[in-house]
Amino acid sequence: MTASWSVWLLLVAFVVFTTAGDVFLAKAMTTIGDLGALRKRSGVWACVMAVLKSALFWIAIVNMALSFFSLLTALNWANLSFVGPASSAMTFVANIVAARVFLREQVDRRRWIATAMVCAGILLIGLDPPK
Amino acid sequence: MTLPKYLILAAIVICSTLGDFLLKVGMNQMGDVSLVQDPLVLVRALMNPWVAVGTLVLIGFFVAFTIALSWADLSYVMPSTALGYVLTTILSSLALHEHVSMYRWAGVVLISLAVGFVTQGKARTVDEGAAA
Repeated sequence: MTASWSVWLLLVAFVVFTTAGDVFLAKAMTTIGDLGALRKRSGVWACVMAVLKSALFWIAIVNMALSFFSLLTALNWANLSFVGPASSAMTFVANIVAARVFLREQVDRRRWIATAMVCAGILLIGLDPPK
Repeated sequence: MTLPKYLILAAIVICSTLGDFLLKVGMNQMGDVSLVQDPLVLVRALMNPWVAVGTLVLIGFFVAFTIALSWADLSYVMPSTALGYVLTTILSSLALHEHVSMYRWAGVVLISLAVGFVTQGKARTVDEGAAA
């Protein structure tokens, strides 16, 4: 396996774990509601407890920890200017799809067009492979 | 959208970009990492000051990200990192002296345009409690 394939596999693992973490966190926070409004009603401590008592929040934490270590290894194997944009852009696309499928968000034409532009950006970044 | 909410989005961009940059500096100091030869190398990496500070900055990102998701869609919050693509590439080029080709610059610009386009829509499209 070449170094480039190793980096891409790590990036895929990063995207999967990050997207799962983001989706679980978004579900948790949508359920809890606006933290700004909750803080005005019940204070900061109530906000902290509402988040920490959410099981979905902790599932998100586990996924984000796994994505963190995937990113840490990828950063050691390739340039930041490649890993940063590539991992973030791939995560962006995966999150848009996951938001539509799992969170039932109204992803309109504007968001789909933007997603296509992001895919094109990823291809441009991919034309210049990592070290 | 109020000023505090824009500041939360700005914190997401700055903390994620700065956190990635600090991690990269720290991991460069670690040399080549092999999980097969040294399974605990990533735990030892957390003892590196750059990696430790980077991790703290990324915790700041996580807090800001969590707050933003309490009043906006995931598909709205994600584009808020658009400026992060540009900042990451500039940091890589200027501070780390990495070569950034025209292809990468073009990709970064295209992605930034896309996320700038998408942020013109509504922040929240699902009812609170409906996604559970």
